[in-house]
Amino acid sequence: MAETTMDSTAAGLTTADGRPLKVALAAAQSRAKRRAFLLVLPLLLFIVITFALPIGQMLQRSLYHDGFSKASPALGAWFAANPAGTEPDEAAYAALASDLLLMKENRLAGEAGTRINYSMPGTRSLITSAARGADDLQPPYREALLAQDRKWGEPLLWVAMREAASPWTTDFYLSGIDMQRSADGGIERVAEVNRVYIWLYVRTFLLSAVITGICLLLAFPIAHMLATLPMAKANLLMILVLLPFWTSLLVRTTSWIVLLQGQGVINSLLVSMGVIDDSGRLALIYNQTGTIIVMVHILLPFMVLPLYSVMRVIPPSYARAARSLGATSWTTFRRIYLPQTLPGIGAGVLLVFILAVGYYITPALVGGADGQLFSNQIQFHMTKSNWSQAAALAAMLLAGVLLLYWLYDRLIGIDKLKLG
Amino acid sequence: MTVDPKNDAFVAFEHVQKSYDGVSLVVKDLNLHIAKGEFLTMLGPSGSGKTTCLMMLAGFETATHGEILLDGRPINQVPPHKRGIGMVFQNYALFPHMTVGENLSFPLEVRGMGKDERETRVKRALDMVQMGAFIARRPAQLSGGQQQRIALARALVFDPKLVLMDEPLGALDKQLREHMQFEIKRLHESLGITVVYVTHDQGEALTMSDRVAVFNDGRIQQLAPPADLYERPENSFVAQFIGENNKLPGTIEEIGGGKARVRLSTGELIDATPVNVTANGQKTLVSIRPERIEFKPSLMPPGALTLDAEVLEVVYMGDILRTRMRVAGTDDFVVKCRNTLDQTRLSPGEKIKVGWHPEDARALDAV
Repeated sequence: MAETTMDSTAAGLTTADGRPLKVALAAAQSRAKRRAFLLVLPLLLFIVITFALPIGQMLQRSLYHDGFSKASPALGAWFAANPAGTEPDEAAYAALASDLLLMKENRLAGEAGTRINYSMPGTRSLITSAARGADDLQPPYREALLAQDRKWGEPLLWVAMREAASPWTTDFYLSGIDMQRSADGGIERVAEVNRVYIWLYVRTFLLSAVITGICLLLAFPIAHMLATLPMAKANLLMILVLLPFWTSLLVRTTSWIVLLQGQGVINSLLVSMGVIDDSGRLALIYNQTGTIIVMVHILLPFMVLPLYSVMRVIPPSYARAARSLGATSWTTFRRIYLPQTLPGIGAGVLLVFILAVGYYITPALVGGADGQLFSNQIQFHMTKSNWSQAAALAAMLLAGVLLLYWLYDRLIGIDKLKLG
Repeated sequence: MTVDPKNDAFVAFEHVQKSYDGVSLVVKDLNLHIAKGEFLTMLGPSGSGKTTCLMMLAGFETATHGEILLDGRPINQVPPHKRGIGMVFQNYALFPHMTVGENLSFPLEVRGMGKDERETRVKRALDMVQMGAFIARRPAQLSGGQQQRIALARALVFDPKLVLMDEPLGALDKQLREHMQFEIKRLHESLGITVVYVTHDQGEALTMSDRVAVFNDGRIQQLAPPADLYERPENSFVAQFIGENNKLPGTIEEIGGGKARVRLSTGELIDATPVNVTANGQKTLVSIRPERIEFKPSLMPPGALTLDAEVLEVVYMGDILRTRMRVAGTDDFVVKCRNTLDQTRLSPGEKIKVGWHPEDARALDAV
C-alpha cells in the first residue's frame, strides 16, 4: 500500500481509471468556474465599458492631440527632414504656406491654432488670420508671412509647431508640472507668476492630509462610542453620522453658508458672546478654512464606518485583561486597543484621503480663491475644452494616489485593510 | 485543607449588593470569606450573579453597596490595575497582535521590570505550563488548549497572590477540559495561590474546589465542600442543581428526633431526614439521589417503607444502567445502578418495589 502511494506520487497522482489527478480536477471544476464567470460577466462588461475604457482613453488623450498635426502634412515632412534647432528656411515657410492653405480649405485652422495656443498662448489668432489670407500668399513665403506678422519669425513658435506636428506629445504633462519648451528646443520652468500646478498639487495633498487627520481625530471617539453602546442606541447615532450622505447638496451648501458666512450663525454667536468683536468676524467660508470644515463634514462617515466595524468586534475582555495585568487605562489604550484598530484606521485614512484628493464640487462651492483643489483645475480645462490638458492633470492625480496606495501596501499591507 | 475563613479571610465580601439598573439587585447581600490558599468556586446558572461578583472583585464593576476586602484592605476604590489580581478570561483574551512571549512580558513591562528579569520570568512561566517552545508564536497559531495554557501563564507570571478564573475551560472539548482541570489544580497546589473560579459546570466545580459557593438569584444558596454539597444539599435548589436528583412532593406528617414521615401527594407514606423543614403539615420536596435507591429487598434497611414502581425504560450507559420508572405518580423517577456481573437486569414493564435508607431521602423546602 505504502509503496504504491509512493509510486504514484513520483509519477504524479492519477485517478482510479488512470487519468492524471490534475486534469481530472480541472475538468471537475471547469463547469463551476464557467458558471461563476457567467455570473460576474455583466459587471465585468459594465466596468470595462464605463470605467476601464474611459480611463484608458483619458490616459491616451493626455499624450495625444492631432489638432495641428492632421492639418500640417508639409510642415510635418520638413520637421522630420530637419533636426530640432534648424533655422526655418524658405522651404519651411513654403511648407507652412501650403499647410495654411490646406487649413483654409478643410476649415482646420481653428483647431490647429488652438493646439499651438496651448503651447504658446496668444497664437491662435495668428494662425487663423494667416489661414484666412493663405490664398494671397506669394513667394518668397518667408518675407510674405513675416510682413503679415513678426511673430512668424519667433523661434518659440517654431518649437511649438515642431512639437505639435506630431500627434503624440508630452506638452500637456510639461505644462502640468509648470514647465515649457524653450526657444532652443530644451525644457525650462515657466515664469514664476504662471507656476500654478505644482503648488496646487502639493497643496491638494497637504489639505487632504489635514482633512484626513481631523476626520480621524473626530471619528475615533465617535466610532468607539458607537461600538460600545447597545445596538439600538448605536443605530440611532449611526443615522446621525450618515445624515450628510443623505442630504441634498444644495441643502447642505445652503446650511453651511448660513452657519459659516461673515454674518452667519457662528460669527454672530461669537460676537454676541464677546469672544470676537464685530469688526473681527472670522472668515470661515469661501476660503481654505471653508473647504476644510465642509470636507471634514462630508468625509467623516467614511472614517467612522471602517473604524466602527473594526471596533465592534474587539472584545472588551482585551482591555480588561490588560487592566488586570497592571496596565493603566492610557497604556491599555496605546498598547492594546489602538494596535487592534489599525486595520480600521488604515482603511478610513486611505478612503478619506483618496476621496479628498479628488474632491471637486465642495471646494468649487465653498472654497473661494485659496480653497481650490487640483480637481478644480481639471474641471477648468474641461470647460475650456482642453481635454488633453485635463487628462494630463487627471493622470497626475491618479499617479499620486496610486503612489500613496503602493506606499500604504508597503508600510501597512493592503490585506490588513478592513472596510466594513 | 482546614481553613477558618472567618478569622483568616484573604478575600472578604461584606454585605455586598449590586444593581445595574437601580430597579433590581443582581447580587443581594453577599457575605463570603475566602481563605489564603483556598480554591473557591462560584457555581450557578447564568444570571445568578456569580460573574458579577468576580468582576467586582477584579475591579471591573463597582459594588452598589457593601465592602470588598483583599488581605484586610478595602479595595472598592482601588482601580483594577492596582489590585494585583491575576485573571483568566473565558475566551482567553490573549492579545492577538503580540506573540506569546510579548503577551507574558506585558504585565512585567507595565510594572517597570528590567529586560533580563522579564525574560527569566516569562521563560519560567511558560515552562510551568509546558509551553516553552511556543514563545515566538502568535495566539492565532495555537490551539484552544494551548491558548488556555498561555492565558494561565500570563495570569501567573507576575506572581499574583489571587487568581480569578471566569469559566476558563468553557470553550474546550471534554477530554481537554478534564486534563486542564487537573493542570490548574496542580498549579494551585504547587504555587499556593488563592483561586476564585467561576463556572456553570458542576463537574468542574466538584472535582477542583476546596469549597463551592452555589449561586442562584443573587444569593449564595450553599457554601460547602464538594462532598457536602452533593450528599447534604441544604435546600431544594442545590439538590436539583448539583447532580441528578429524584424529587417527590408531599407534606410532613410527623417530625422529630431527626426523622420525618412524609405523606406524598399521591397518598403513600415514606421515611426521610428533615433538612430545612420544621413543622407538621409543612409542604416539602423529598430529594433522593438515583444511585442511593435500592430495589433488592435484601439491601434495604429492615422495616423500610417502600413504593411501587413500574420500569419504563432502561438506558445502557456503559459503566452504569440508568432506569427510568413510574413512582408515586411521576414518570421520571430515575434509578442508577452499576453495571456489574451480578446486577439484576430490569426490563420495561416490570413491576418492582423501591426503597432507601431514610438518611438518603432529604426533606427539603418545597419551591
